[in-house]
Amino acid sequence: MNELTRHFRDFFVSLQLTVALLILSLILVFAATLDQVNLGIWAVQAKYFHSFFVLWQVPNTEFALPVFPGGYLIGGFLLANLLAAHIYRFQLTWRKTGIQLAHSGLILLLIGELVSGLMQRDSNMRLDTGETRNYSESFRDNELAILDRTNPAYDEVVAVPEGVLADKGVIAHPKLPFTIRVKEYYPNASLGMRDPAAGAGGPVATSGLGTRVMMLPAPMTYKQDERNMPGAFLEVVGPTGPLGTWIVSPQIGMPQTFAFDGRTWELALRFRRYYHPFALTLIKFSHDKYPGTEIPKNFSSRVRVKSDDGKDDREVLIFMNNPLRYGGQTFYQAGFENNDHVTILQVVRNPGWLLPYIACIMMGVGLVIQFGLTLAGFIRKRAAAAAAVAGSE
Amino acid sequence: MKRFLPLLLLLLGAAYLGSTLAPQRDQTEFKLNDFSRVPVLVNGRIKPLDTVARTSLLTIQGRQRVITPDGRSLLPAEWLADMLFAPAKADTYRTLLIENHEVLDMLSVKPEDGDGGKRFSYVQLKEKLPEIEKQARLADGVEQALRTPFQKQVITVRDRVMLYLQLKASVQMPDSVDFLTELAQFEKALPAGVVAILAKQKGEAHSADAVKVMKEMADRFSYMEQLNYLHMVPPADDDTDVTHWRNVGTVLLDTFGTGRVNATIMDYAKLGHAWRGGDATEFNRLTLRLHDQLAVRFAPQMRKSDVEARFNAAQPFYSSMSLYVLVFLLAVFSWLKWPQELGRGAFWLLLLAWIATTVGILTRMWLEGRPPVTNLYSSSLFIGWAAVGLCLILEKIYRNGIGSTAGGAVGFATLLIAHHLSLSGDTLEMMRAVLDSNFWLGTHVVTVTIGYSATYLAGFLAIIYIFRGVFTRTLDQATADALSRMVYGIVCFATLFSLIGTVLGGIWADQSWGRFWGWDPKENGALIIVIWNAVILHARWGGIVKARGLMTMAVFGNIVTSWSWFGTNMLGVGLHSYGFMDSAFYALIAFVASQLLIMVIALVPLEKWQSFRTAPAAA
Repeated sequence: MNELTRHFRDFFVSLQLTVALLILSLILVFAATLDQVNLGIWAVQAKYFHSFFVLWQVPNTEFALPVFPGGYLIGGFLLANLLAAHIYRFQLTWRKTGIQLAHSGLILLLIGELVSGLMQRDSNMRLDTGETRNYSESFRDNELAILDRTNPAYDEVVAVPEGVLADKGVIAHPKLPFTIRVKEYYPNASLGMRDPAAGAGGPVATSGLGTRVMMLPAPMTYKQDERNMPGAFLEVVGPTGPLGTWIVSPQIGMPQTFAFDGRTWELALRFRRYYHPFALTLIKFSHDKYPGTEIPKNFSSRVRVKSDDGKDDREVLIFMNNPLRYGGQTFYQAGFENNDHVTILQVVRNPGWLLPYIACIMMGVGLVIQFGLTLAGFIRKRAAAAAAVAGSE
Repeated sequence: MKRFLPLLLLLLGAAYLGSTLAPQRDQTEFKLNDFSRVPVLVNGRIKPLDTVARTSLLTIQGRQRVITPDGRSLLPAEWLADMLFAPAKADTYRTLLIENHEVLDMLSVKPEDGDGGKRFSYVQLKEKLPEIEKQARLADGVEQALRTPFQKQVITVRDRVMLYLQLKASVQMPDSVDFLTELAQFEKALPAGVVAILAKQKGEAHSADAVKVMKEMADRFSYMEQLNYLHMVPPADDDTDVTHWRNVGTVLLDTFGTGRVNATIMDYAKLGHAWRGGDATEFNRLTLRLHDQLAVRFAPQMRKSDVEARFNAAQPFYSSMSLYVLVFLLAVFSWLKWPQELGRGAFWLLLLAWIATTVGILTRMWLEGRPPVTNLYSSSLFIGWAAVGLCLILEKIYRNGIGSTAGGAVGFATLLIAHHLSLSGDTLEMMRAVLDSNFWLGTHVVTVTIGYSATYLAGFLAIIYIFRGVFTRTLDQATADALSRMVYGIVCFATLFSLIGTVLGGIWADQSWGRFWGWDPKENGALIIVIWNAVILHARWGGIVKARGLMTMAVFGNIVTSWSWFGTNMLGVGLHSYGFMDSAFYALIAFVASQLLIMVIALVPLEKWQSFRTAPAAA
């Protein structure tokens, strides 16, 4: 082994590196916690944990400087350090099983967190009493849906992610006989009644609701309980020329349709939908309060699950701390609205959900063995010392 | 003689605790002890009036003692009796706490007119109530995180006044001079009044006076119903559903339909009459009746309610607090003189105080039907309990006074914190739906809290090491080694519990919100404790630190734990806010600063340490 590889190896197996990385992670977690006040929990996760470097935007410029290692970098190094130290120092002895088990558990936990970070998808399902839905909606992402509504039995949908709108280009799709030009896009905007006296400037909608309603750009919100409501001006262009300009926003409840090429089309900017191969129907939502207070005691939703393949059709009760795991998704009781008529279920897909459970058991057992051995050794030594003192007296 | 010192101390301590258990003697003819056991339903459970009185006083004025204008000191139950039955008298007691000068200015009251410069009577503030209401409404519109200290205080004062008014309107109508007579007259006038109202509705001839009287009464009853706080009236005889307790206003409004005033309300009206008239015999008879007629119907709840009244009076946590101080002093003196006797005495007293807190915590658990930790207050009790438990084990093993010193200090400190946390109201509160899981409260919360207490304990042991080493010559080699082993062992213990606790929290989160980890401030706080304990252990295993480094790092553990315990809760208050400068925040900052200072002291070169001057230890 040459000098360089040895240095390299010594670096990666050293406890000094472990300590340094742990301290860095501590600082990272602390800073991220403080920054939640400014950025909210989602932005903080992206900035601090799901990144290789924490970037600092130089004020009034486009530049961002890396100022601190991010979660992926520290986590990656910790993983490398753990694996290297394990392989290098591996000994199959009783005394070491505890430590090894605990650290293997930690490795699994880090991998599990990576899997969650990459694969976890959160959405929610809002169900009115008696309503049936086979999709859930994203908390944060939106999509432009162009629906062919000609056939009353089903809709043909082309969904375009919000990011494409933000690029303000031209959207074309083989299934669409027209193109869509994004004239303007706002990441967050509210709607107001259109005031004819208001001065010109910016695009003007010529069709649909936009003829009566105007869009007021708003600053982005980072609060945990608020979401950004994007808005856009879209010009639909057919082979022979523009068909009109529409405004779209998730705040528009009514469908905006137009006819073209003998078919009926609808434009909607909506919360991004995830369709499931099964549908849920809310039978009843209930919630109790403690007597003499407004403090909720429990929430529960009785729902019917019906799979598309017809293999499942049953009733389930979802309540706090008792979610429904079905079809790779987990449904949790998250909230309610409208005088107990509407339930809000949180829907999570996380293929790695079992990893933390396994990791925890490994770490717990490992630490109990390790510290148990230490304690046993300590007691044995004291007993021996006491016997020695007693013997010498 | 000094051989018997430990025994003597133990006996004295036990006698002190025993004295708190004895039922308090009534100071007058009025059996206020019985009165304080009368049950009402409030905030989701049946409580004795004693709890209502004490928690209301803590909320309204920040302490349980009430001083009357003529200098008499009132029991909480006595004060409550005045509030319910003789409000005009209660209005002169200076009980409303105002702690902000701008608010005092706004109300144009001077600190020197208040009790202790900060407590004022309802009479003093009455004129300015509309102003308080107006300012509080303005402040309500400001997001909580952005409120100034003035706005926060205005809201707090408004809430205190609100609670005060609610209590006052729990039994009697507002401005009632003689409630009993008024009720009797009302009952008598009722048939004619109902006839008059019906006639008026039909547009027939009617007595305008009778209608007016009825309307006035109805208005006053609805006012009481709106203020709705204490539910004093139990459900009808055959009904034992706890949720059917109602407030006096609602039940009085029912009288228009039933024609008869509810019997319980009549009893309360007579009780008030007796209280105002100084008729102790009648008062005592009625309190017993109000209590006993429910004892059978709500047997399980009433057993708890009675025990709770007793528990309130015994105040085990306050007595333990005094014992812990004594333990601390005895143990510290044991290093200077009579190590055997004082040391053993301290140990016995520590055990005694710990048993008292254990009984207190168990009683609370039984009352609530919950695991030990359900809110910030109980976490403080439990952190102290677990840390003192560990100290007892350490002291049993090492017999060098260190465990007792740390136990006394941590026990006292946590109970002091608990006292301050209790000022926000009833500490036996109902659990919100998401927390309503005894399994997770019993596993995750308890484990994580034990992790907190172990981390604190390691930190306090380290402080003992540093102070004794730097400032005294008492840290000999054996003691230094013993302390190092203790701190190391406790850090191991802390790592184990905080890690398992954090991970269990993750599993709970996965069960109820669908994600194992969400980088939420409280989660991050727990994680930071785990990481810091892991740093200490790895630094020690890697030989990066030795004894002194271990101690310095353990002290930093105090900062990390305090941040997780309190700092993360303050984040919700918002770093942006001017109101961020809360008193609790100052306390936290001061604590962090003190710990940093101790760490700096620990960094004094070893040869300057008093204990190591002559013979440097292998530290």
